[in-house]
Amino acid sequence: MNPRPDPNQLTAPDDGIARGGVLLDVKNVSLSFGGVKAITDISLDVLKGEIRAIIGPNGAGKTSMLNVINGFYTPQEGAIIFRGRERRSMKPHEAVGQGIARTFQNVALFKGMSTLDNIMAGRSVMMKRNIGWQMLWHGPALREEIEHREKVEEIIDFLEIQHIRRTPVGKLPYGLQKRVELGRALAMEPTLLLLDEPMAGMNLEEKEDMSRFIIDVNQQRGTTIALIEHDMGVVMDLSDRVVVLDYGKKIADGPPDEVKNNQDVIDAYLGVPH
Amino acid sequence: MAHHDASKDTFAKYLLWNAERFRDRPAMRFKDYGIWQSWSWAEQLEEVRAFALGLQKIGLKRGDKIAVIGSNRPRLYWTFAAAQSLGAVPVPVYADSVAEEMAYVLNHAEVTFAVVEDQEQVDKVLSISEEVPLLTEIVYDEERGLRDYDHTHLHAYDHLREEGFRRLAEEPEASANWLVEIDKGRGSDLSVMLYTSGTTGRPKGVMLSNDNFVRSAINGNAFDNLTENETIIAYLPLAWVGDHLFSYAQSYTAGFCVACPESPETVNEDRREIAPTYFFAPPRVFEAMLTAIMVRMEDAGKIKKGMFDYFLAHAAKVGERILNGEEVGLVDRLKYRLGEFMVYGPLKNRMGFSNMRVGYTAGEAIGPELFSFYRSLGLNLKQLYGQTEATVYITAQEDGKIRPDTVGLPSPEVEIRIAESGEVMYRSPGVFVGYYKNDEATRETKTEDGWVHTGDAGFFDTDGQLKIIDRAKDVGKLASGALFAPKYIENTLKFFPDIQEAVAFGHGREFCAAFINIDLQAVGNWAERNNIAYASYQELAGHPRVYETIAAHVNEANRRLAREPLMAASQIRRFLVLHKELDADDGELTRTQKVRRKFIAERYGELIEALYDGSSEKFVETQVTYEDGRKGIIRATVKIVDAEIHAVPAENVREAAE
Repeated sequence: MNPRPDPNQLTAPDDGIARGGVLLDVKNVSLSFGGVKAITDISLDVLKGEIRAIIGPNGAGKTSMLNVINGFYTPQEGAIIFRGRERRSMKPHEAVGQGIARTFQNVALFKGMSTLDNIMAGRSVMMKRNIGWQMLWHGPALREEIEHREKVEEIIDFLEIQHIRRTPVGKLPYGLQKRVELGRALAMEPTLLLLDEPMAGMNLEEKEDMSRFIIDVNQQRGTTIALIEHDMGVVMDLSDRVVVLDYGKKIADGPPDEVKNNQDVIDAYLGVPH
Repeated sequence: MAHHDASKDTFAKYLLWNAERFRDRPAMRFKDYGIWQSWSWAEQLEEVRAFALGLQKIGLKRGDKIAVIGSNRPRLYWTFAAAQSLGAVPVPVYADSVAEEMAYVLNHAEVTFAVVEDQEQVDKVLSISEEVPLLTEIVYDEERGLRDYDHTHLHAYDHLREEGFRRLAEEPEASANWLVEIDKGRGSDLSVMLYTSGTTGRPKGVMLSNDNFVRSAINGNAFDNLTENETIIAYLPLAWVGDHLFSYAQSYTAGFCVACPESPETVNEDRREIAPTYFFAPPRVFEAMLTAIMVRMEDAGKIKKGMFDYFLAHAAKVGERILNGEEVGLVDRLKYRLGEFMVYGPLKNRMGFSNMRVGYTAGEAIGPELFSFYRSLGLNLKQLYGQTEATVYITAQEDGKIRPDTVGLPSPEVEIRIAESGEVMYRSPGVFVGYYKNDEATRETKTEDGWVHTGDAGFFDTDGQLKIIDRAKDVGKLASGALFAPKYIENTLKFFPDIQEAVAFGHGREFCAAFINIDLQAVGNWAERNNIAYASYQELAGHPRVYETIAAHVNEANRRLAREPLMAASQIRRFLVLHKELDADDGELTRTQKVRRKFIAERYGELIEALYDGSSEKFVETQVTYEDGRKGIIRATVKIVDAEIHAVPAENVREAAE
């Protein structure tokens, strides 16, 4: 008897793109709100299987970029090609359907619900039975629920949050809430996982834990990750490639070591008058 | 002794026998993916055999030492049996020990193999591999994060297990040869080597034979009528002799089921689901449970709280007497029944004690009030006094003959005598073979005719029960010549839920003084309720209102000490609340959470001087070790406060004068 499932079981759905191929291509995107230019002519790509970081000082346009990828904002110019298909606009729920999941800078969980239910909610997009069946909660709906629960338990085990399975999320410390949010995003079995400041507001230990989990998600499950982060140290250790934004423009793009020594980046972070 | 058979002198032999006599009864449970998975004795045999054959394949052989590192999970318990079946000696190591400590133990034990839980332990072992040249093969259970490691000498448990099954299928003689290996095992062979945490100096490797464990386990089973129907939850460190006896040796000899929790953080939840019939915990676990309940009750509604208080007061009055079978009036009995229904039952269920038939506490003295609290709920909680060197049992309390201040009568087949110095000595079938590679220490501890020095000072009470006062070497004298037993004083202080740890000083001094560590959970909750803001442990510990609370506790402790003729002189005159939690990572506590007095005295020398020189505060810098091994410095100005001293009640003075 061996209850341990194959950790590969939960890898992202196959989309015909080989590891290292371009999963997401953002081409010459510009976004403005009235007269405010949030993003100016930015191009970047995310390769399958990598951890891609988007960094930059406050107000550089990082979250706007994520929202564009996510379909929350529609850019005025440029194109977004995800899994080989070009699109101009997309609703966030369509993004989920296409295999993009995300977490938020400020935790956005159902505070009154338990960890388990929150992660279960992440599976709801995949439930095939209609609401009538689900209310009956018998036969196919129950079987489906059990299947999903199994996947959720694997995520709980993966993120080491067994001890808070039944705890209402609102009662948890911030670091754990972030972990639950990651769990919910993982429950969608995304091809591309977007993390908006996964370490914000964490102490050193929580940051180290979170880094560990991000690397594990990437390596064990083969999930491609694009993350926004403030904390330079963490980003440099974690990512395969880094793109740096400043005032809505791309100022650098490349491997962490290269970016770290780029004069524009240093200026942007240390503050040179524009 | 119904299940005793003299030909069964090793645990591998018991395993074979159990697979016959208890075939489909559960042997092991493990909560995984939120569900309790179980293995019958027959399945447990399959698992152990497969893993043993896998280990054999990578070269494990008779006499080899194999380290076992990790938390309580079935596969690590199977490692014990698998290694022993091949004649190898398991050396369980405390999973939370820092790399340096681990390197010492692995090196000293000359381990060549290690079976570890996960990446964390693999990393730790790899980081010290240069210091432990003999250790070559590492086996891990959880694969996570380890996929890209160099697997030349690193093996997945799964692979070895599969290898074992493959050998069973393809090599016709593999199984028979394994049985031959088991047959070669003798009772006098080393069963396991356990490193004592050592309150002083380097850990010592206690060699224990199969006979030691089999005999002790069987005696323990008979003493408490343990049968295959028990259930136990394994949650204490594998490297601790108690866990090895209760969760391994007694399970194999009595045939009962061992449940392993999902993770160390879920133990309380898991215990509630399993509801063990046989339970063991050091006092601090009982203390933490009570603190957690009391803290929650503080937030409960008025009616609930009122009911809780009312029935607990009733239990305190008659509960223990009912449990001891003494005479209690009908009305009180009925009221107790009602209390059982309304409060005690749900409370026991909450703590996972609904089915508890035998419960033990040991390791340290338990506060009398704490002990009585659990017993008054109708729980058969008893005290036990034991040591690694004795394979646990020295004394244990018999059902019905329970007193909070003693540790009971000598266990079956144990002889006890009190040396001239007041030190307790014993001789039993559980007496260890010796310390590994340390004959000098063996000679110091064990006499030629098999008597062992416990290092504890104690005496027999009038009814033959043993009473332990303190570590023999810790018992000192105040400058006035009065007895100074630090542990006794510390235990009096530690009874208060707000106080997590205390260290008393006074040997050779004018008076007794103490360091106090607050309990973050209890005090933190209190602060929250009283709108006291704090940003860190240090700030909370130094808060004036916290000092007030602690001063009230010290005052109460002094009142209690004043009532004891021997202890009245060592009332606490001055105390301080430490700015940091005493921590095993900083060497202040042992891995089993006992205070390392000498080390603390050196580390906080300045503070001790400040206790005695009359100053009202002292600035200190303290080095701390973080979990990842990095070091940092904490700076604090610690306040020192005078405590009230109580007069010795008149009748005691007379007693003392007589």
